[in-house]
Amino acid sequence: MSEKKIRVLIAKPGLDGHDRGAKFVARALRDAGMEVIYTGLRQTPETIANAAIQEDVDAVGLSILSGAHNTLLPKVVELLKAKGAGDILVFGGGVIPEDDIPGLKEQGIAAVFTPGTPSDQFIKFIKENVRK
Amino acid sequence: MSISEKHAKWREGAYKKTIEKFPERKKEFKSSWGDTVEPVYVPGDTCPNYDKLGFPGEFPFTRGVQPTMYRGKFWTMRQYAGFGTAEESNKRYKYLLEQGQTGLSVAFDLPTQIGFDSDHAMSDGEVGKVGVAIDSLRDMETLFDGIPLGKVSTSMTINATASVLLSMYIAVAEKQGFKPDELDGTIQNDILKEYIARGTYRFPPKPSMRIITDIFDFCSKSVPKWNTISISGYHIREAGSNAVQEVAFTLADGLAYVDAAIKTGLPVDTFAPRLSFFFNAHNDLLEEVAKFRAARRLWAKLMKERFNAGPKSQMLRFHTQTAGCTLTAQQPDNNIVRVAIQTLAAVLGGTQSLHTNSRDEALALPTEESVRIALRTQQIVAYESGVADTVDPLAGSYYVESMTDRIEEKAAAYIKRIDELGGMVAAIEKGYPQQEIQDAAYRYQKEIESTERIVVGTNKFQIKEQPPKNLLKVDRSIQVAQIKKIHAIKSERDNDLVKRRLAEVKKAAGGSDNLMPKILDAVKAYATLGEIVGEMVGVYGEHKESVVL
Repeated sequence: MSEKKIRVLIAKPGLDGHDRGAKFVARALRDAGMEVIYTGLRQTPETIANAAIQEDVDAVGLSILSGAHNTLLPKVVELLKAKGAGDILVFGGGVIPEDDIPGLKEQGIAAVFTPGTPSDQFIKFIKENVRK
Repeated sequence: MSISEKHAKWREGAYKKTIEKFPERKKEFKSSWGDTVEPVYVPGDTCPNYDKLGFPGEFPFTRGVQPTMYRGKFWTMRQYAGFGTAEESNKRYKYLLEQGQTGLSVAFDLPTQIGFDSDHAMSDGEVGKVGVAIDSLRDMETLFDGIPLGKVSTSMTINATASVLLSMYIAVAEKQGFKPDELDGTIQNDILKEYIARGTYRFPPKPSMRIITDIFDFCSKSVPKWNTISISGYHIREAGSNAVQEVAFTLADGLAYVDAAIKTGLPVDTFAPRLSFFFNAHNDLLEEVAKFRAARRLWAKLMKERFNAGPKSQMLRFHTQTAGCTLTAQQPDNNIVRVAIQTLAAVLGGTQSLHTNSRDEALALPTEESVRIALRTQQIVAYESGVADTVDPLAGSYYVESMTDRIEEKAAAYIKRIDELGGMVAAIEKGYPQQEIQDAAYRYQKEIESTERIVVGTNKFQIKEQPPKNLLKVDRSIQVAQIKKIHAIKSERDNDLVKRRLAEVKKAAGGSDNLMPKILDAVKAYATLGEIVGEMVGVYGEHKESVVL
């Protein structure tokens, strides 16, 4: 019996060029048996939301280390909701101060993974929280 | 009995007996690129004859580029800084100069680095975040207000838009009464590593290379003391490469710039003495010292053999920054110790200038207090440790010399492979260095996760921690203020003049005249960064990343 594979979009919103973390997460999720699409750098919230819908993903991971997280992360959630895809799980990662995390969660970011998070932690989170 | 016979006897005898009874901590000790690290190093094949090293200031510069090194003067202590508005950054620079810093290093925000004005849609949320926002000459005038540009040396981390920011710097200096030939500093201007590792590219590789050679040509005539490029391994290492890849890809980038400049007709010794480099100082102290020495020796040989370059062109002068990727968000004060070790690596490796990271940089931009501790770390190594009192003190260490040889050899092999691919520009287009780095990065992270590699406080010796306090935050109101400034400038300036000067930029971009004088004229008319870059994008188009996973 084969279960449907979880599909995840890993995206880099904004102008930030730090992609070491995003690429690591993408590979780690793939190694964990998920189907992963990585957008590459310099994506707008619009292109990310559109890609998520077109690719019919279950989750979107947004990596950002430039400090623009409070602006860009909630925008992706908003756009997904506006396009009727509010059930897609959205999570974030990168250099994001602890103080900003509650605010991001209120705006629909399901989880934020900061530097040093082991991969089994975010893998488990995705498996347990994607739409069933 | 020869030393190698004695060595073999010891390995089979005392050493073997000991490890049978008491196994070592690890089955295998490894270098960053996966080679075995031997239990002990001895003279003989691993310890070179002295001719291979040369004396300080002499070919092949293994021991350093100057005869006296830090006995003459210490390295330049240069903290990379900039955030928010030009006013705030100006205040931080004055603070750092008061604290004994000896050179400025400007961090620009991402829109400035990529060539978007603060009012562009792509700039939303990024204005003033990772550096200072500069939209027009007016911002640059504020940034350096009260800092005499003819008397300091300034390094600017700017690549895709280096031509514009250097022009702004020259224009501000002229307003302060300094001529371009009095200016001393560096622009990073290394676009190839942006495609490989750092990501602030804008134009495709070929026009980018043309802009760079225009800068070389312009500066060799008008701004002769300026370091026209800082060929950077730092970001390659941060992206996850090992020490060998850092040296190899950086020097291969360097060769590509030299080739490009020679092809435009510049004689090698007119521009190559102004090339400078930028490396990472990672945690493995002795491997890192060997890395710097190997890079110096390999570059000298390459320049001599490939381009018949003179001694000044053979010298690999470099800036170093401690490794940001080694900083942990957990128990951040431990980072002070890491930075101290990395500082030693850079100094024992003979760096010309150094930025030390602050303890809180895995969490946010550093606070003033953290930056001061980082600067004090350099000052303690300089004034108290004694390592600066003799040149290249680790030379002759069997281990360091052996590592130096091996890094040089392995890096040379990579460069050969890149030559076979058609040079670095072609290799980048094929995704070769990107893939190599990514594989190394993945292995490194996996080693941390399996605890094969220990990161103190992260995967061992953890404690329950309170979330850190007093982090520096950049206010969103800065974006609003910057946008107001752009609107003000656009209503105050002579817009007809701006139009004409922008048309000149466009014409030069499409033709073969040097771009720099045209950009300088546009800047002086208060054309914005986004307007100037926009003209260039119109001619050159934009680069799209080929995603490698």
